[in-house]
Amino acid sequence: MEHKGNMQRVTKRFMKHKLAVVSLIFLLIMIILAILAPVIAPYNPNQVSGGFSKPPSMDHLLGTDQIGRDMLSRLLYAMRISLFVGAAATVISTLIGVILGLLSGFIGGVVDSIIMRITDMVMSFPYILLVLVAAAVFEPGLWSIVLILGFVDWPGVARLVRGNVLSIREMNYIKADIAAGMPKRFILFSEILPNTIAPVFVYATQVFAISILDEAALSFLGMGVQPPTASLGNILNGAESITVLTSKFWLWVPAGVLIVLLVISINFVGDALRDALDPSV
Amino acid sequence: MPLLQVKDLEVAFEKEHEELVFVDKVNFHVDEGEILCIVGESGCGKSVTALSIMGLLGQQGRVKSGEVLFNGRDLLKLKEKELDQIRGNEIAMVFQDVMNCLNPSFTVGNQMAEAIRIHLGYDKKKTKEHAIQLLEKVGLPDAKAVMKKYPHMLSGGMRQRVMIAMALICRPKLLIADEPTTALDVTIQLQIMKLLLELRDEYHMSILLITHDIGVVAEEADRVVVMYAGQCVEETDVHSLFKKPAHPYTEALLQSVPTIYGDPARKLKSIPGTVPENYQELEGCRFADRCSYATKECYTKQEYHEVEPGHLVRCWKGLLNNDKQ
Repeated sequence: MEHKGNMQRVTKRFMKHKLAVVSLIFLLIMIILAILAPVIAPYNPNQVSGGFSKPPSMDHLLGTDQIGRDMLSRLLYAMRISLFVGAAATVISTLIGVILGLLSGFIGGVVDSIIMRITDMVMSFPYILLVLVAAAVFEPGLWSIVLILGFVDWPGVARLVRGNVLSIREMNYIKADIAAGMPKRFILFSEILPNTIAPVFVYATQVFAISILDEAALSFLGMGVQPPTASLGNILNGAESITVLTSKFWLWVPAGVLIVLLVISINFVGDALRDALDPSV
Repeated sequence: MPLLQVKDLEVAFEKEHEELVFVDKVNFHVDEGEILCIVGESGCGKSVTALSIMGLLGQQGRVKSGEVLFNGRDLLKLKEKELDQIRGNEIAMVFQDVMNCLNPSFTVGNQMAEAIRIHLGYDKKKTKEHAIQLLEKVGLPDAKAVMKKYPHMLSGGMRQRVMIAMALICRPKLLIADEPTTALDVTIQLQIMKLLLELRDEYHMSILLITHDIGVVAEEADRVVVMYAGQCVEETDVHSLFKKPAHPYTEALLQSVPTIYGDPARKLKSIPGTVPENYQELEGCRFADRCSYATKECYTKQEYHEVEPGHLVRCWKGLLNNDKQ
């Protein structure tokens, strides 16, 4: 059996989770829609194109917002932004976490202690407060929220990777590598890293989901992506008033539902991946 | 000059801020082309000795003093980078536990190719040829198919053969085999042992074989070092070890092995008691409490001395025991 065989096995096990398959298809469609937003959006999301707060109609499938912008277009662009923020924050935090975790576990000693204490420190900050303060200090905006979320999410990954490295390091094949005079760099990146990548991958899906939620929360509070750029969070921001909540459902229900569906399906996919990638099952 | 000479090697482990000496002034040498067996029961420091030669002690262990001369260079004084030049190239090691000796994430071929590329710098085609050739050399049928397999698809014996093939990549001068057959069943043990003997002749390498199986010693060894409780207690060639063991421990060890020859009515002797805990603190002979010949002289310090040319023993009685029989 070659590497392809391994992939087939993983795919087969993944396919057993019906919910995850549905979620994955949903996610893929959403990602395609988000990428194609400039092509398929009926209107410019930032331009007034109809009356104020009009309910859904044939011209505006999801109605218009309070200043007359097309909600469907805004929603598509918002999803683009939210998915991008989630993905970018996940990549950043995973990279930081993997590198620090590898170093911490492999070098050990003082380096390990220092890295782990920093990890504890970042973990012990009240999360939302830190993000709010950071968002206030740095100018709120797309990139600052990506960096902030990337920075607060790495400790989990770092701990996970460190734990894995510690257990893999004691394996005989690592000892055999050292005995065979293989360079340290090779051992760390070519022997240890591939064996710890599966759980990191699973963890990253969770970080992705959480990042989308955090972005929504921050933007809702006005500290995230700044208007007029649409994000799922700042669309919800429009629903702060009771009138909107009670009588203008098209302003907030689609964005809310979208967030819930995105996060749930990412989590389902993550769960199925965990089962599929775990070699012990 | 012997290929490998271990002089007064002392290895200590730290346990709850206390330093325990597990290998106490061990001396032996391996000549070119010979097989030296280190034999002794579990926990007597055989593996620790081997690991400290390779610089693989890990974080708790520490070489306190002594020298490990390989071709005249003291391995203990080398930096990691310099040691990496010798490890794999001139000294290779085969481990006891075959279950996790290969990286589960890669195929056998992949792992061998990496090692060949790093050590020999061959191109892709030559690397593959070399790998297949080595796998065939260690007696794996259909080497090409084995190359494409993941470690979990191989049996224990096959894995050990792959490990040996990987050890042979650079034609090492010395192969350290740390209980290479312990995890395998008896028929495979025999095959692996035969393979080692063949490879020794073909590659003209020396083998430092660590085992607790006296049968393996009889089959394989040219010379034998018997270890007990962190010390060498006897060193001699394999014939005199079996004919006239000088140390009571060696004698007891031999008597505790069943044989298919000889008197079927002979009762198998066992050695009473266990290896003393905290044997580091014992002043005299560490075997004295279990020894049937013990007298009060045994509780004073025992010198490791030569009783015949090339026959060393750590027992004040020397060869006296044999005269009694």
